Amino acid sequence: MVFERLRAGLERTRSHMRDMLNTVLSGGRRVDDELFDEIEETMIQADMGFATAHALVEELRQRCRNERITDSEAVMPLIRDVVEDRLRQGTSDLLTDQTPAVIMIVGVNGSGKTTTCAKLAHRFRTDKKRVILGAVDTFRAAAIDQLEVWAQRTGADIIRHQEGSDPAAVAFDAIAAGIARRADAVILDTAGRMHTRSDLMKELGKVRRVAGKALPGAPHEVLLVLDATTGQNAMRQAEEFQSVTELTGIILTKLDGSARGGVVVSIVDQLGIPVKMIGIGEGMDDLRPFDAAEFVEAIFG
Amino acid sequence: MRRLRGRGKLTEADVNAALREVRMALLEADVSLPVVKEFTNRVKERAVGIEVLKSLSPAQHVIKMVKEELINMLGGEPAHLQRGGGDTSVLLIVGLQGSGKTTSAAKLALHLRKKGQTPLLVACDTRRPAAIKQLQVLGKSINIPVFTQGDRPSPVDVAQAGVGHARHQGQDTVIIDTAGRLQIDDDLMQELEEMKSMVKPDEILLVADAMTGQEAVNIAGEFHRRLGISGVILTKLDSDARGGAALSVRSATGAPVKFAGVGEKMDAFEIFHPDRLVSRILGMGDVLTLIEKAEQSFAEEEAKDLERRLRKQEFTLDDFLSQMKQIRKMGPLENLMGMLPGMDRMKGQVDLSQSEDEMKRAEAIINSMTVVERRQPVVIDASRKRRIARGSGTRVQDVNRLLKSFEQMRHMLKNVGKLERELKRGGRFPQL
Repeated sequence: MVFERLRAGLERTRSHMRDMLNTVLSGGRRVDDELFDEIEETMIQADMGFATAHALVEELRQRCRNERITDSEAVMPLIRDVVEDRLRQGTSDLLTDQTPAVIMIVGVNGSGKTTTCAKLAHRFRTDKKRVILGAVDTFRAAAIDQLEVWAQRTGADIIRHQEGSDPAAVAFDAIAAGIARRADAVILDTAGRMHTRSDLMKELGKVRRVAGKALPGAPHEVLLVLDATTGQNAMRQAEEFQSVTELTGIILTKLDGSARGGVVVSIVDQLGIPVKMIGIGEGMDDLRPFDAAEFVEAIFG
Repeated sequence: MRRLRGRGKLTEADVNAALREVRMALLEADVSLPVVKEFTNRVKERAVGIEVLKSLSPAQHVIKMVKEELINMLGGEPAHLQRGGGDTSVLLIVGLQGSGKTTSAAKLALHLRKKGQTPLLVACDTRRPAAIKQLQVLGKSINIPVFTQGDRPSPVDVAQAGVGHARHQGQDTVIIDTAGRLQIDDDLMQELEEMKSMVKPDEILLVADAMTGQEAVNIAGEFHRRLGISGVILTKLDSDARGGAALSVRSATGAPVKFAGVGEKMDAFEIFHPDRLVSRILGMGDVLTLIEKAEQSFAEEEAKDLERRLRKQEFTLDDFLSQMKQIRKMGPLENLMGMLPGMDRMKGQVDLSQSEDEMKRAEAIINSMTVVERRQPVVIDASRKRRIARGSGTRVQDVNRLLKSFEQMRHMLKNVGKLERELKRGGRFPQL
């Protein structure tokens, strides 16, 4: 069922990629340079990036040679294999066996952090877990109000300070409240920031350190929220957030559009940061665990 | 023979070789593949057979053409907002979720008021929780009125009421902030079509995230098909994204990018300059270097002169200043770093904004010196230092620091000169 929903969410992406690939691969074409060039272009259009697409196609070329594949129709399963291999590195579930599990949500402006926090809270609440939302975004106008609305709708508690107050202090209080109230999860909604702003990145590092002081071992998850429409800059985002917060995973949002999110293939492959969840719609249930096989299956059909 | 003489006409092979590089650069900058293909084909058609300029290599010549074509493609000159015939101009802001519509709406309002207009912000995002509140808070911070009817009525009704309100109050510009939506969400796109037919906007501005990837062409294309986009606001240009999406959006809509969002503050909003973005798209690495070379070959004479004077140890503070200006002309230091091989990774890790400030200060200090002082810094005594510090709005310590680093640079250059002479004489590589 999960699979069906994912497929539905990704249908547009899927049919698009599949159509393109089918056009490329159809009709018993010869497996030659021209074919590989076209496969590479298809991958580039999925935002996999020039370098990654090139490397993947080289690998594909090698395998076709080794397995003496001469019919273009037989190339498809190999494409799936090659991409899935890259995505599999380190894919894992959310670490939620701690009590409370402290989950810190980070990302650039407009990637969908607050909405993702709400969906995560909803997931925990559906399992009858106790959730605390920490309104750590004290910068953006009305961000706290937005999270407050979500707290009410999902039945989570919210810890908030004034707009403009110290984000690290909110994080500390949220975790302290999580411990006191025996919550299962504390979700910290941090302010969006450009990864190029060294001052704001330092601030984020501080939030992370202070979380560790409130509860040794916290945060247990630091998740980068990545907009699937983002192109090659996503790699830079991942690198920079990684260096200040030690990311434990990625949440890929807005996959319900026609965006393909292929850049995560490069990120998983080159930085070893697993994709943990994907957002495939505006509904509260539309945040799903990531599964490499499903993802590739959904994209390539 | 021809190769010996160098130049001649651009052959197809020359063009193809250079365009391969360009293609790679554009794709890495997230320009959509169909746009890249169309573009390179066009350049190829124009370039083959053209006489190569004397001072350039064939590759440099092609890339010079590429840069010109890209600037043309983005519209050449900065574009301005259109005003309709009526007293009240209506601007409709549309885009995907998270592209930055609400922030841009407020920034645009501030920008227009600075130009003497009296804008009204209308809050039509009734979907996202607290979106109206966000616009209200922003409006209050810049002291611009915000019209809202809460999140109950339909956005189309709010928009209409807002425009009516502005007319009644005699405000000359209405900026309508709408909810973010996917271009493939038929219901919500229909809502915008309806809003358009009711309020008859003078401009429909698409807010596009500069970090968008290959999808940009489809997003913009669909918004344009449904609504007819008249201009684009390119946001988040303060990231280090190369911003190739601008080309995709332009090619899909034909509409010019009119404004750029460059930061979180309300005044971090600029009129968009196509030529600046082109340098950034071609941006880091070899391609830009090639172009810079192509454009600056005329400056070679100047460089030779400097070299000659260096050898003679005549390097003055004037030269120091012109070197600094050269560097600043090439753009922010952050971007320059990216051009150096291997430095790309270091971007963002070193705080370069400080060095930029320092450079500005140094320029001010040198500008406050007399001609004699610039040529012969030895004459600068304590009293002159105090005067220079006053003139440049700095402190005597700053003047001292500048003079010291100038001395160091002169010393370093002297050694380079020596080293070169040694090597030319076929001498041993001197110990440094």
